[in-house]
Amino acid sequence: MLDADIQLRLSRLNLDTAFTVASGEVLALLGPNGSGKSTTLRALVGLLPLAGGRIVLDGTVLDDPAQRVKIPPEQRPISLMFQDYLLFPHLSAIENVAFGLRAKGIDKKAARDKASETMARLGLDGLAEAKPGSMSGGQQQRVAMARALVTDPKLLLLDEPLAALDVSTKTDVRRLLREVLRESVAANVLVTHDLLDAVALGDRMVVIENGGIVQTGTPAEVTARPRSRYVADLVGVNLLRGTARGTVLELDGGGQLIGAEPATGPVLVVIAPAGVSVSRQRPEGQEQNTWPGQISAVDLMGDRVRVRMDGTPPITGEVPPAAVDELKLDHGGELWASVDPAAITVYPP
Amino acid sequence: MDDQKQPFNPLLALLAALAALFFVFPLIGLLTGAPWGRMTSVITSKSSLDALGLSIVASLASTVIALLFGFPLAWLLARGRFRGKGVVRGLTTLPMVLPPVVGGIALLLAYGRRGFIGEPLDKATGISLPFTLAGVIVAESFVAMPFFVITVESGLRSMNRRLEDAARSLGAKRWTVFRRVTLPLIWPSLAAGTVLTWARALGEFGATITFAGNLPGVTQTMPLAIYISQSSGRLDEAIALSLVLVVVSLVVMIFRRRIAGGD
Repeated sequence: MLDADIQLRLSRLNLDTAFTVASGEVLALLGPNGSGKSTTLRALVGLLPLAGGRIVLDGTVLDDPAQRVKIPPEQRPISLMFQDYLLFPHLSAIENVAFGLRAKGIDKKAARDKASETMARLGLDGLAEAKPGSMSGGQQQRVAMARALVTDPKLLLLDEPLAALDVSTKTDVRRLLREVLRESVAANVLVTHDLLDAVALGDRMVVIENGGIVQTGTPAEVTARPRSRYVADLVGVNLLRGTARGTVLELDGGGQLIGAEPATGPVLVVIAPAGVSVSRQRPEGQEQNTWPGQISAVDLMGDRVRVRMDGTPPITGEVPPAAVDELKLDHGGELWASVDPAAITVYPP
Repeated sequence: MDDQKQPFNPLLALLAALAALFFVFPLIGLLTGAPWGRMTSVITSKSSLDALGLSIVASLASTVIALLFGFPLAWLLARGRFRGKGVVRGLTTLPMVLPPVVGGIALLLAYGRRGFIGEPLDKATGISLPFTLAGVIVAESFVAMPFFVITVESGLRSMNRRLEDAARSLGAKRWTVFRRVTLPLIWPSLAAGTVLTWARALGEFGATITFAGNLPGVTQTMPLAIYISQSSGRLDEAIALSLVLVVVSLVVMIFRRRIAGGD
């Protein structure tokens, strides 16, 4: 069980995060580039000194600047898998994997045996003597995974473990990683900026932006009720802020919507693009929940097309691909958006 | 190594060929002018063997000194954070561009019999550097060690230090990190630096003759012996000894490629 309260002052970022991870649990740390995800991992592993806070792992205090406690990285039962793997280029795959065991004083034979056992588990048979430079990206990734797992850490940290892989290998490696994490008895922290990784691999999510936590919860909770523009964009929904008086929603940036469920006070408003219909003319006989906007972007998402409109409020709607031609979306210009009250979800911020 | 083939350019080829020949002709001169008939007797004469022995001993000793003291200096220059680092780097690598004879005079003024360090050292311990083998080693170290320092420093700078972080996070103590990660990664520059230093020490002339003098059997290294032979009219002897140095240098160059890699 990890209990972390991390406060750091860096030149470009002030980091202040607190979270716990149970043994066997996978915490997905989600956030945009530069938000402090990797910095959090470097602090946990002991490569960055804390300015304040405390890191406790299985009852052992690893970091506590107030008490002048700082266990050096090499004495922490933590493995960190780096985003760019950082395999030792001069060592063979098996020497890389066995490195942590050898460093802990395990004799060569035993270390190699354990290393090749872990490599076999990750489908790396036959690559023992290969040097990292001669391996594919997917193989290097698995060697890095093996090197992190082989020491049976109490805390396993994975920094963007799938980010450097191409799309074709990503799916396989994600499946492998999920199996590995399911069997893991360590506390696991996975850093990612990919929502799919967070949902597929995480038991719980922590979203950080600009060095602070903006949302925590299960993947289902977070994706159903995003609390920041960043998460809403990842999930692919419209997120608006406003004030509710019954079913009337006055939006912060201007505009008014009528929801289905009554509420009071400040609210977050989520509208799925599929609930936003789009037309060239003002929909007849409809007064509420419709407004005009200029087309600002048209994107193909699978078998649907998303249209982004700059209006009050700005909104993204979804149409079938045939509509691109029918509505001449590629010509730009003005569109009308209409929202079904049933497609509006309202919750407190 | 190059995937792209260089298209043929006559002017480029001509200039490159002239450059190559510029280096080849003097070697041919040495080979054709050598007293092949008397080669063995010249080389195995006592004075030649003394000079060769001195040269090897002194150049190896100054290489060891470079490793012992130059490595920590290179480490601090690459990784240390202290004021005046640029000045320290400038001063310690100055001998690379300084005429060696100037270095020899400077050494005399510091470590010579009347030098501000040499004089008290002589009075206190009776140790005097000029006109001794130790003096030769000091002169050679002064001129050659900077090559080791800058080569190793640039090796330390260009290595990915995050690999050391990775090693530490895997439980390696500082010494293990150094031995198993840092050292292997900077090995090519370490090897290159060592060989360069040794070669420079072996060829040292100006600082040696100025600071340590030219005593046959004591401070007369190969370059000094060659110079004396040539200037006293024993050209055959000078050429024969020169060829010995050429062979030794060639062997080292080939050996360096082997251990340090490169194409």
